[in-house]
Formats: sequence, structure tokens, C-alpha cells
Amino acid sequence: MPLVESIFREYRPSDAERSDRSAGDRLRHRQKVRELIRENISDIIAEESIIGKDKDRIIKVPLRGIKEYRFVYGENAPGVGQGDGNSKPGQVVGKTGRDGQGQGQDRAGDRPGVDYYETDVTLEELIEIMFEDLELPDMERRALREIEAERSSKRKGYRKVGIRVRLDKRRTAKQRIMRKLASHHNDRVESGEKEKDRFPFHDDDLKYRHVETEMRKESNAVVICVMDTSGSMDTMKKYLARSFFFLLYQFITTRYRNVEIVFIGHHTEASEVTEEEFFHKGESGGTFISSGYLKALEIIQQRYHPSLWNIYAFHCSDGDNFDSDNPAALRAAKELSEVCNLFGYGEIKPLGSRYYESSMLNVFRRLDAPNFQTVLIERKEDIWPSFKAFLAKEKSQ
Amino acid sequence: MANYSLQDLVEWDERIREKVAEFGLDCYPQEFELCDHNGMLGYMAYSGMPSHYPHWSYGKSYEKLKTLYDHGVSGLPYEMVINSNPALAYLMRDNTLLLQVLTIAHVYGHNDFFKRNFTYSSTHAEYTIELFKAHALRVRRYVEDPSIGIEKVEHILDAAHALSLQRRRNLAIRKLTQAEQVQRALETARPPDDPFKRIHQARPYVEPNIRKVPYEPEEDVLLFIRDHNPFLQEWEKDILTIVDEESKYFIPMIETKIMNEGWASYWHKRILESLGLEQGLRLEFIVRHNQVVRPIPGQLNPYHLGLRIWEDLHRRYTNPTPEEIKRDGPPNKTGDEKIFEAREVERDVSFVRRYLTEDLMRDMDIFQYEPRGEDLVVSKVSDEEGWRAVKENLLRNIGMATIPVIKIEDADFGQNRTLYVKHYHDGRDLHLEYAEKTLAYLYRLWGRECVLETTVQGKRSLLCFNDRGFSAKALK
Repeated sequence: MPLVESIFREYRPSDAERSDRSAGDRLRHRQKVRELIRENISDIIAEESIIGKDKDRIIKVPLRGIKEYRFVYGENAPGVGQGDGNSKPGQVVGKTGRDGQGQGQDRAGDRPGVDYYETDVTLEELIEIMFEDLELPDMERRALREIEAERSSKRKGYRKVGIRVRLDKRRTAKQRIMRKLASHHNDRVESGEKEKDRFPFHDDDLKYRHVETEMRKESNAVVICVMDTSGSMDTMKKYLARSFFFLLYQFITTRYRNVEIVFIGHHTEASEVTEEEFFHKGESGGTFISSGYLKALEIIQQRYHPSLWNIYAFHCSDGDNFDSDNPAALRAAKELSEVCNLFGYGEIKPLGSRYYESSMLNVFRRLDAPNFQTVLIERKEDIWPSFKAFLAKEKSQ
Repeated sequence: MANYSLQDLVEWDERIREKVAEFGLDCYPQEFELCDHNGMLGYMAYSGMPSHYPHWSYGKSYEKLKTLYDHGVSGLPYEMVINSNPALAYLMRDNTLLLQVLTIAHVYGHNDFFKRNFTYSSTHAEYTIELFKAHALRVRRYVEDPSIGIEKVEHILDAAHALSLQRRRNLAIRKLTQAEQVQRALETARPPDDPFKRIHQARPYVEPNIRKVPYEPEEDVLLFIRDHNPFLQEWEKDILTIVDEESKYFIPMIETKIMNEGWASYWHKRILESLGLEQGLRLEFIVRHNQVVRPIPGQLNPYHLGLRIWEDLHRRYTNPTPEEIKRDGPPNKTGDEKIFEAREVERDVSFVRRYLTEDLMRDMDIFQYEPRGEDLVVSKVSDEEGWRAVKENLLRNIGMATIPVIKIEDADFGQNRTLYVKHYHDGRDLHLEYAEKTLAYLYRLWGRECVLETTVQGKRSLLCFNDRGFSAKALK
């Protein structure tokens, strides 16, 4: 038999660098994963690990992979494997539902494996995804809050008209070449050979980069976090409250340039505290909700005048207020809702906690203000829906 | 780069090709390309094709391969060969000299198999590269077309991928057209001329319902939809064609995995043993070879299974034991003749059925396992009473037998253009979540209600998908 022919092609690093052929498909896959993250956002933010303020931190998000469905056999199909020589009936060789167990390589891909993988997402990216389709309720804003100051420009597509500095030379040249090729035939027929080597740019060739400017409200916002730190607020309740405040703060930050945050803890008396104390210091005693609101009003009076600041206040409590304080609390809440852009009350009652406890939800039902919203948080999964409900207050009316 | 040059490889290749000719392997011209691990990952994600149409699932498979590779869970294959003429093979440049030599020999084994095994005769190896390139061009054009765009293309591709393996398996049998099926039905419906018709009772003439579409149950789901859904646009039909052509190309690979890998391993072993390697290379060869063909407990390594069967087959025709002669008679062919014949006319299912003997099964300790509660439990082993059952089950777990058979029974069910498809149940139930989602894809392509008949835990059931979504009901 004659020898087969063969050739060898040497490895060329330049080729290898250029041919990242899966880049486009990876990008597209990445976009799909992003969609998946968005769909599962409430599960993801229920994870404790993301609460914290370091924006560049990379968090690992466990995701069920994007499945590629086909008709496949289910669980009741027996498989075949190879043993070490002493296999006996009844011997356990693996677990059901574990990928890769029991099947040879020839079977790869024909059964649904559990496609778990972790994706790295920076917190900033996650926040971006979360808030992509949320908007602040379009509230009545006072004039001073409306100054548009910050511009950021983003490149977005190409246009046929524009200013000279944005001319994209590369695209323009390409366009000319395309036109030249397209008109080559006519050219030769009509104007003879001498025109051939001159082919000037035409207005239609010009391509300009298009830049869109984004206006941000130059304005200051303050997030006032009021939390009940009385004895009945345990760690779990504080954790739920904290998650909510975290979301609120992050969201406000994406919409305003300067965001300040104020923490007010209260039991029967209220005081402004640091973040550390706010979340970790346990106090005891009873609860006067009105004290927290009055403190907030006081701080607003002193430092954050409503004509200059967009004020977002949120109060978390387990609703265990002294009955005698309720009228006062209601009055203070009404006052507070007048100065705030948005004011919310979140009642945190983990499932299984004592339901006979009194609830402020009933009391606040009597408060009729368009920018006031109450939410009930029972589990960590409720945080995201209630957060959305809080922001959706204005829209629903 | 390792301690050898391209020239070394060329020289080794020359020696290997001499052996290839000497042993009588019949190969396409061969091209080798050296690539790094990123290149290899890229090729793997796209089944080795130098050009391929874009789809996010390839990005996913790249990410997955890369993750596994980066975490050291799985290594990369030493090579990758494409069934094309000339055959195209990628070699990892970081491999040692011995690995390259072993790989080159292995590649010629695959090459011969691609050229000579009957299942590959439908793949048109000389057009492979061009075909995939043309597909890529067409799909890219649809993606770039402003009136179509990536979203719509993906919409169709996702659905087509889900159904791509629901097609005819045995490509060596010619498919009858609808007209031919009807013709045949009409002919068989007419009673044959009976010389004794005076004493026989005449068989009544039953008029076949020739209007039925498809006349006989149809397995080529994508092509059928392409030809029978009038609301599909031309580009959508083209995408269905493309996806179907690609799976047609890949079916022989699925059908001959064990034979093919076994064959290549068998030949790299024989070739390297005949090259007279010096001691150092020889030791490395033994180590590497055993890594590739080692049995993996609890699984079936196709390299191992294939190699064992080929070796056993060769031995039985060269050097049979007295019992074997007593049982099967003396061999009528030489071992080489026998294996060359088998590599031409068999595919995995027939190969394993015919040549995996009881002794070999026992020797390899092949068992069957079933889920019991949380655990997978060995239910049968290859002993005297169990081996047949184990083998039957093995046969259902290789090649295209791992894909459920789904056929289109009626495209106008209830005179309502409902697509009625039937799962030919063989004791294995469908995975219901997957069936539901895939049915949704079928609906996406068909555009009207789709009904799937299947058996769930012994009960005949109908799964429906229509504009109101999914529903299921038990039959009778």
C-alpha cells in the first residue's frame, strides 16, 4: 500500500491570539446568565454574603446553569458500569442525581446532569442588574432638587452627521471602500480608465461616533434608617432590617450623586448612632416608635433641609410598640412623610415569631400619605419583593 | 515547547505512516495542526470544526470545559480528529514527544475508521469543512440581517437544537418519499393474485387512507416541520436544514464511539509496539497508554471497552482456546481479516452484540445498576444467569439507543393541524421536566398545538402544549 500523505502545520502564537473564536458565543452566554441572575435576584440577595458595602468585592453566585432541553430518559432507566472484579448484586455504587456517576463517557450529555456552576459577579454589577428595571417613584420634587448638573457621556452607535472631532476615520474609510467596490463596474463603463485611481470621499461615507449624554440630578439625598433596637429585636430581625437598608442605600446611590446615610436607633428614646452600633449593639427596654421619628425630624431640621435634600426614610421595627405611644407615632409619621420623598415602615415578623404581638401595620393604615408605604417582611425571600413594593408605591396610584 | 522540533514529529510521522501502510490501514490524507490549550478548548467547544455557526451554547460549553480544565478536574484530550477529507487533527503542543507519537498513531486509526466504516459513508467527508463553513456564513448573515437579528435566530436555533437528534438513525437505509410510501401502501392493499381464489375466501380490500400526513410515522422531526409548516420563513427553514445536516454529520460519531476509540487505541498500541521504541519512551508509552484505556470503576470507558473487544476478537481468530474451537469451530479467517471486516460493517450496537462475549464481560466485571431510593445499586452482574440481561441493557445505553425514539404520527390530528408525536416506549420513561420543555420547543417550531404520547410509570399519557401552555393527562 502506498503511504498516506500528511502535512504538519506549525503552531503560530499570533494565530492563536487572534483566533479567540468563542468570544462572541461566550459573551452571548454571559448575557443569558445575566438574565438568569436577574430572574433569581430575590434568592441571591437573600444570601447573607452580599450585604456589605465594598463595591469591588467579587461575590460568587451559585446558579443553575442554562439548561439545554432535549428528550432524554428519566430516572428509571438502569445503567451499566464496570466494577473492580468483585461486584455483587445489592452493592451501592453511587448516588442518584449525581452527575457523571455510573455512566461511561459514551453517555455524556444524554442525561440531564445537574448543571450547577458558580459565576463571579462583582457587587457593583449585581447592583446594576438588580436596579436595571427599577425606577424611583416620580415624585413631586422641589425646584432646588431639580438642578441637573452631572453629565456623563456614553458612546452609542454611529451617525451620518456629527461634529468633526467625532469622525470615525476607520469606519469612514471602510465605507468608502465598500462604495468603491459597489460602484466599480459602473465607474469603469461610464468614465473610462483615468478616473479609476481617484475615488474621493463622499458625504455619505462619513461616519460619526454618536455620544449620548446622561444627566444626573445634582442633588443630595439622605437615607435615614430608623430601627427599633429594643429588646424584642433579635439578630434575625436585625439582619432582615439590615438587608433592606442595604438595598435602599445602594439604590439611592445609583440615582443621586451625594448620598448620606443617617442611622437612628430607638427604644423608648432615640439617638443617632454609627453603623456599627446600629446593627450590632443590642439594647433593651420598651419601644416608643414616636421617639425615633421625632429624632429623625430633628435631624432633618438641623442638617437636611427638605428644600435642598431628597430625603428617604425607612423604619424597621417588629411592631411591638407601647399602645399609649401609637397616636404620637402616627402624628410623627405624618409629619415625617410630609418632608420626605419616600417614607416607609417595614414590619419584621419572622415566621414562627409570636403573632399575638401587636402590629403597627393597623395603626399606620390610618395614615393617608401618597409617599408612605408599609411592608411586611417575614422571611429573607420577602426582602426583594417588599423593596419593590416600597418603590412602586407611587406608581400604583 | 518541549524537547523536540517539528522536524522530529515529521520523521516519526514518516515511520508511523510506513507502519500504517504495512498493516493495511486505509486513510485519507492527513493534516496535523499544532495548537495550545486555548486553541484546543476552542476546538472542543465547536466539535473540532474550524468554522461553525455561532450560538451561545458553544460559549457555555467552552466556559464549562475551561472551568473543568482550570480546576484540574479534567485534562484535555491529547488530540482531536475531524472526519473530513483530508482528515484534520489537532495536536497539543505542550505534549511530550512520546505523547505526540502515540497521538499521531492514534489519529491514523481514527482516520482509517472514518474512511472505511459504513456509517460514515453518508457524511461526505470531502465537503465537511466547506459544509460547516457555509452553515456558519448563512447563520451569520441571518444574525446580521437587520430584519432578523440575533434574538430571532437564537429563538429558532434553541428550538432546533432541542430536537436535532430526533431524526432517522440508520442513514444507510434510503428514506421513502411520501409518494413512495403511498405507492407501496396501495400495492400491498390490493389482494395478491390468488390461483385458488375459487376456493379461498377473498381478502376484503381495505382502502388505505392516502391523505394521511405523514403516511408512515416520521422520525425526521426538523425536516418534517420545515416541509409542512407553511408559516415558516425561508431563513427559518434554512436554519432547520442546517441544524439537521449537522446532526446528520454527528450521528455516526455517536453510533461508533466504542468501536472508533477502541480501534484507534488498538492501532496506536500495535503501531507503537512495532516501532521498537527505546527504553525511556517505551516506559512512558506503557504509562500513557494505560491512562487512556484504563477501566473507570462504576462507569464504562469506551476506550477500554472498545480496545478489549477488538483485542479479544483478534485473539479468537488468531489463537483461540480449545473450548472456543469446540464451541465456534476453527476460525475461517485470520485475526486481521476479521477485525478489518468488522470495522467496515459494524456499528457500536451490532459490534457489542456480536463480539462482546460472556467471558469478556465477566472478565471486565460489567454490571447493571438501578436507582433504589437515594442510591444506585448493582442489580445484576455478568454471571451465568445475569449476563444476557446486563448485555441487553448495555446495548440500550450505547450509540443512538440513548436517545428516545420519537416519531410524528399525524400532522393534522383532529383535523386541527395538531402535531401528534409518539414516544416509542421501551421500558424507559422520559424525563418529564425535559419532555415538557422540549415539547414547548416543538410547539415553537410547529406553531400549533403539539401532543406527545408517552408512557409514564406504566400509564399511557398525553402531554400537550398549546397556546395555553402545558398540560398532561392520562389515557384510558
